[in-house]
Amino acid sequence: MGIEEHLGYNILTTSLEKLVDWGRKNSLWPATFGLACCAIEMICTAANRWDIARFGMEAFRASPRQADVIIIAGTVCKKMMPAIERIYEQMTEPKWVIAMGACACSGGIFDSYAVVQGIDTYLPVDVYVPGCPPRPEGLLYGILKLHEKILQDPFLTKKYRERLALRQEAV
Amino acid sequence: MNGAETMKRTETMFLNLGPSHPSTHGVLRVLLELDGELILRADPDIGYLHRGIEKMCEYRTYHRCMPLMNRLDYLAGEANLLGFCLAMEKLLGIEVPKRAQYIRVMLVELTRIASHLFWMGTHGHDLGAMTPLFYAFREREQIMDLCEMVSGGRMFPLYFRIGGLAADLPEGFIPLAWEFVKSFPEKHQDYHTLLTKNQIWIERTKGVGVMTPDEVLDWGWSGPMARGSGVNWDLRRDNPYSSYEDFDFVVPLGKNGDTYDRYLVRMEEMLQSNRIVRQVLERLPDLPAGDIKVQDPRVSLPPKDAVYNDIAGLINHFKLIQEGITPPVGEVYQCIEAPKGEMGFYIVSDGSPQAFRLKIRGPSFVNLSAMDKLSRGRLLSDAIALIGTMDIVLADVDR
Amino acid sequence: MNAAVELLQNKFPEEVVEVAEFRGDTTITVKPGHIVDICKALRDAPQTSFKYLSMIAGLDYLPQSPRFGVVYNLYSHRNHNRVTLKTRLADDAAPAIDSVVPVWSTANWHEREAYDLLGIRFRGHPDLRRILMPENWVGHPLRKDYPLRGK
Repeated sequence: MGIEEHLGYNILTTSLEKLVDWGRKNSLWPATFGLACCAIEMICTAANRWDIARFGMEAFRASPRQADVIIIAGTVCKKMMPAIERIYEQMTEPKWVIAMGACACSGGIFDSYAVVQGIDTYLPVDVYVPGCPPRPEGLLYGILKLHEKILQDPFLTKKYRERLALRQEAV
Repeated sequence: MNGAETMKRTETMFLNLGPSHPSTHGVLRVLLELDGELILRADPDIGYLHRGIEKMCEYRTYHRCMPLMNRLDYLAGEANLLGFCLAMEKLLGIEVPKRAQYIRVMLVELTRIASHLFWMGTHGHDLGAMTPLFYAFREREQIMDLCEMVSGGRMFPLYFRIGGLAADLPEGFIPLAWEFVKSFPEKHQDYHTLLTKNQIWIERTKGVGVMTPDEVLDWGWSGPMARGSGVNWDLRRDNPYSSYEDFDFVVPLGKNGDTYDRYLVRMEEMLQSNRIVRQVLERLPDLPAGDIKVQDPRVSLPPKDAVYNDIAGLINHFKLIQEGITPPVGEVYQCIEAPKGEMGFYIVSDGSPQAFRLKIRGPSFVNLSAMDKLSRGRLLSDAIALIGTMDIVLADVDR
Repeated sequence: MNAAVELLQNKFPEEVVEVAEFRGDTTITVKPGHIVDICKALRDAPQTSFKYLSMIAGLDYLPQSPRFGVVYNLYSHRNHNRVTLKTRLADDAAPAIDSVVPVWSTANWHEREAYDLLGIRFRGHPDLRRILMPENWVGHPLRKDYPLRGK
């Protein structure tokens, strides 16, 4: 977060904030994180009919260090949870989380001994996309909502630093 | 220590392939013991998508188990559901009307094509051929549209019911299905042009993962995995179910049992499935419309005028909604030729509306168990080709 | 199917407990003591030729005793027929049976799953450890006294 530390918080940086937020939302690179059935719809979103490249997101990065957003697509099982935490922690700031599908939002139809009832018990989720699986249009709508959220991201102001500290504590 | 002695000392390296890896087709972890690039041992570690489906089915009525069944092999959702419905119908001893059987066959064959298309796209993508994926998805979207027309769900239509279907085919389905059937063979030719004689594809797949027919039976392989080695076995032809004996199709076989032959088998299976769908569409107009569910009081709700005017109809309706389907005491094993292989359902019923034990025999679980045997002595990049050729779907492996 | 019943009744008459036919399926209940020999006979005899093991399922019959059971489903490619073998294990506290991995290699993972989810030990299994649940999981989830939502 070099920019934030060096520039300080004053009103002249508002336009810079808008520019950086616009740049960030236009090239959000997702980390490949398909777990189950929702991953197939995520791949359909990236394929030719609902081209996710229109939003600059076709570059699914396998390495979490290069990714901005993690789309948790599919059922989160207790055995998989340590791997997810590790990948989330390896992602560099700024990072966002989209919980795609009923299983990631709340455990879905799998209320059993092996399934985590919602990824938000472990990670801070920015957008929830319900569905089982959500249609690709649903995922795209969720991504557009995330874009709106990013455009209002006060990354240069004090509010952002406080929010970030809270998030890092929670994880 | 002088230079010559350090050169003689080698150590093996343990490498984790997964569980989050772009080429493992889901959350699979393979613990590899490597000597350079040579695999000495490959130990698949599964269970990262174990959702407890078998235990959940013991707490639900049979009808409510169906959404879970759809989500087993998520690339071919409806095919799993056929296996479950057939097992329940066997347990109850009921016969589904002909039209419903034909429509079931059509949907299962369409999902077989969809599953093989996805397999081809991702298998190619893993081995470096990125183009077939987009071609495959073009056709797959047509099939998804057809599935969405019948019930609203693209991947999980949940269209079959115990005793038949939920409803008859909607208007506009048959013309759209004809469009698909007529245009598919030439699109299929595109895939052959891209991959079959491609030198890189041949180099990466010929001779990789060879299993002899005896080993195939010993390791429990089924479906295209077995047929690639020349084992002439297809449950649709040898133990027919759901009217498959009425249809005319060829079962493709491979010769050498390597990845290339399995690829050719699956490609030809897509064309044969298309042929079956064409035959169904040709015969559907001859079967009476609307006859899609057996009117057996144990599984079907009675017609509304019976519910409102007749006490027996009212009680029947009430019991079916309140308790659910109650099969007799007994146990059955029913298997179908799913796109991945033999998918079996072993249902033990104790006479109550919940299953006493529902064991799902997932083909990917059994296919993956031979990974260690196949990858010893091969290079690391062959491990990726092997995972692709086994066409595993982790929800089928882990349930 | 009848060939399998005949074979077992001739070669292992005191091991066969019950033969049942239901909806076209033949189920033979046998005692667990000589399961490996029974399976080898079914595999090797030319009239049965069950060279393919479809699945091994573990069952928990709580509150009945004996509590645990194992079911094997065999298929013959030569005759295109199936047979189901059922056994009940004697010990409720520490259920164990001989492993059939020497007969069919595919039994390896099926038996690991039955061990993982139900706690049935397979004597002679080359690598009996948990397969679906994490290694440090306590308990066997598919048992009837294990709650659905876990502990």
